[in-house]
Amino acid sequence: MSRVDVAELVRSVVENRRHERGPLLVILHDLNDQLGYIDSTVVELVAGELNVSRADVHGVVTFYTDFRTEPAAGVSLKLCRAEACKAVGAERVVEHAQQVFGVRVGETTPDGSVTLDQVFCLGNCALGPAAQVNGKTHGRVDENRLVEILASAETTERASATSPGEPS
Amino acid sequence: MTTIYVPRDSSATSVGADEVAAAIRGAARESGHDIRLVRNGSRGMFWLEPLVEVATDRGRVGYGPVTADAVPALIEAGMLDGADHELCLGLVEELPWMRDQQRLCFARVGLTDPLSVDDYVANGGLAGLRAALDLAPAEVITELSDSGLRGRGGAGFPSGIKWKTVLDTESDLKFVCCNADEGDSGTFADRMLMEGDPFCLIESMAIAAHAVGATEGYIYIRSEYPDAVNTMRAAIDIAYAQGWLGSDILDSGLRFDLSVRVGAGAYICGEETSMLESLEGKRGMVRPKPPIPAINGLFGKPTVVNNVLTLASVPTILANGGGAYAEHGMERSRGTQVFQLAGNIKHGGVFETAFGITLGELVNGYGGGTLSGRPVRAAQVGGPLGSYVPAAQFDLPTDYEAFAAAEAMLGHGGVVVFDDTVDMAAMARFAMEFCAEESCGKCTPCRVGAVRGVEVIDRITSGEEPETNIGVLNDLCEVMTEGSLCAMGGLTPNPVRSALQHFADDFTGGHAPATTGDDPTTTSGNGSGPSGVLAGDEESKA
Ligand SMILES: Cc1cc2nc3c(=O)[nH]c(=O)nc-3n(C[C@H](O)[C@H](O)[C@H](O)COP(=O)(O)O)c2cc1C
Ligand code: SF4
Repeated sequence: MSRVDVAELVRSVVENRRHERGPLLVILHDLNDQLGYIDSTVVELVAGELNVSRADVHGVVTFYTDFRTEPAAGVSLKLCRAEACKAVGAERVVEHAQQVFGVRVGETTPDGSVTLDQVFCLGNCALGPAAQVNGKTHGRVDENRLVEILASAETTERASATSPGEPS
Repeated sequence: MTTIYVPRDSSATSVGADEVAAAIRGAARESGHDIRLVRNGSRGMFWLEPLVEVATDRGRVGYGPVTADAVPALIEAGMLDGADHELCLGLVEELPWMRDQQRLCFARVGLTDPLSVDDYVANGGLAGLRAALDLAPAEVITELSDSGLRGRGGAGFPSGIKWKTVLDTESDLKFVCCNADEGDSGTFADRMLMEGDPFCLIESMAIAAHAVGATEGYIYIRSEYPDAVNTMRAAIDIAYAQGWLGSDILDSGLRFDLSVRVGAGAYICGEETSMLESLEGKRGMVRPKPPIPAINGLFGKPTVVNNVLTLASVPTILANGGGAYAEHGMERSRGTQVFQLAGNIKHGGVFETAFGITLGELVNGYGGGTLSGRPVRAAQVGGPLGSYVPAAQFDLPTDYEAFAAAEAMLGHGGVVVFDDTVDMAAMARFAMEFCAEESCGKCTPCRVGAVRGVEVIDRITSGEEPETNIGVLNDLCEVMTEGSLCAMGGLTPNPVRSALQHFADDFTGGHAPATTGDDPTTTSGNGSGPSGVLAGDEESKA
């Protein structure tokens, strides 16, 4: 997206949300959903539209882990590492995923296809280890199931990339 | 036409409920069966998910766990008529897990179509709101106080007192905010209620609005729960169309507007003042108390902040009276608690019953012990800030005060079970690591203490002057307990100290954990000496 397009997007998102109380977080969510990340250009634009300092916006962006500062991969894989999932082998799954993808948690594979993240609790604590792939939660994840889930996510991802549908 | 139920709950779909629903639709079409497929909430028996139910003359017959592949054979065998099969569980209501519960808060979850207005009203919905609207605000609060309801978000604060404070504080604008951040591992009941009975939460917030004089409300839902967000938003739209929200609720003249706000991946935003900051669109930095949110809350206005389950308990209290609710429970823990059995457990899920049931009855009785089949070693109760309770203490009754007396915390009733392969030193280390990761960074004992905590535990486990360093760890815990602004830093010592107290051998190498299971990573620290527990303040990452 060109800088002009981004500026236009920011303007329209802010306009949409301006009437809401304390709208900054809502605006950042909208932008993060549509752009996939919030970089310094977006921070500057949002600050300008809301007439607040860049530091204020930057402070909020960096406080919350959902806001990425660079584009994420097509497949976002989040593995739960909280207590309930640890109790049934989450660390083994994390270890396995790191080996398979050759990245540590928090990183994207060199080909840009998968971003591996850790998360603390997906609310699926009686069916752990839990994982979330592009917003869908999976339970009882082990090494084998992880491969299956990702294969189907990548197929969906490719299908949606080739069909000119609505951005989700 | 036969009615078939396949849950839409995200735990059920996490193990294939969507695929099962699609398979049933397809197979029914092919075999010429006329069915109505309802995507209900979950009954909370997760080991049976996907749990398919078939409505019959006898009641709802259950099958589970069902896989998509098994559907053709099930239908062949007559599942759509409730016929017997090896996956058939009989009548769901008669399973001991269901039969033995007292479902007040979860009365409709799993039973109804979450977004069906008819189902809601036919199953007791709106009775509480109608009763409340017939009462003056102060009378509503009297019922609440009589019920003995205490906050289900963890702290157990009496809800009647909170609401009365908001009612008694004069203001042109007041808010009702629902804390649906549910960040604690081992808890999922807030999510289940929002996905399985969203109108209940809407009704309860309208009651709260009437009781305290609020006109606006927010439900703050964590972003890890996209399905709950979507279901709640859909339910709110329907509620507006029904006149259950908006400018003249149920023709009573009550005005209340409600919307969902989504968190952004910060555990600390479950702490109520941090949540308010986040709702205001800011960093989730904890506010000092006083002032309390009931007086000076969202945008400085008087605000009710309650957990999902606290609120969801209110309609039944108003419908049947505070006294009836208070008949359940023991001592100062009245009513029912929605226990959540999680982690290494054979039968995990939600079990709502009166306070007082012992931890052992829950974990070894209904829960059936561990999933791995190995001995239970410990359970962490009340979330990541709760203590580890060793199996030897499982006769503890689930009562706020009884747990406190045992230096544990009942909290929201989340129970995470571990078998004998757990390394408790690693779990203690994780508690500190988690605190370091999720601290809002406002105060030193928490922000720096947690980082030091990880280092000290690493020294202990690597055999570096273990006795001295255990002393340092205890001092550090003391400082965190005494000096932290909120319970994040203040309660992190709970899991650490309880692990140390009950499982000291894990720290000093005397316990060789059984080796089939999980091995939480323990990397060793950098080994710089303990020069004062909080020496070397550093840049906060929050
Ligand atoms: C670190 C931390 C996290 C918390 N997380 C939650 C949460 O996710 N949900 C919740 O209802 N309460 C949470 N609480 C408790 C809230 O601060 C507050 O006590 C509660 O929302 C009040 O509602 P209640 O009285 O209905 O329980 C948390 C507290 C702390 C210190
Ligand atoms: S104890 Fe931790 S989370 Fe709480 S206010 Fe202090 S730094 Fe923030």
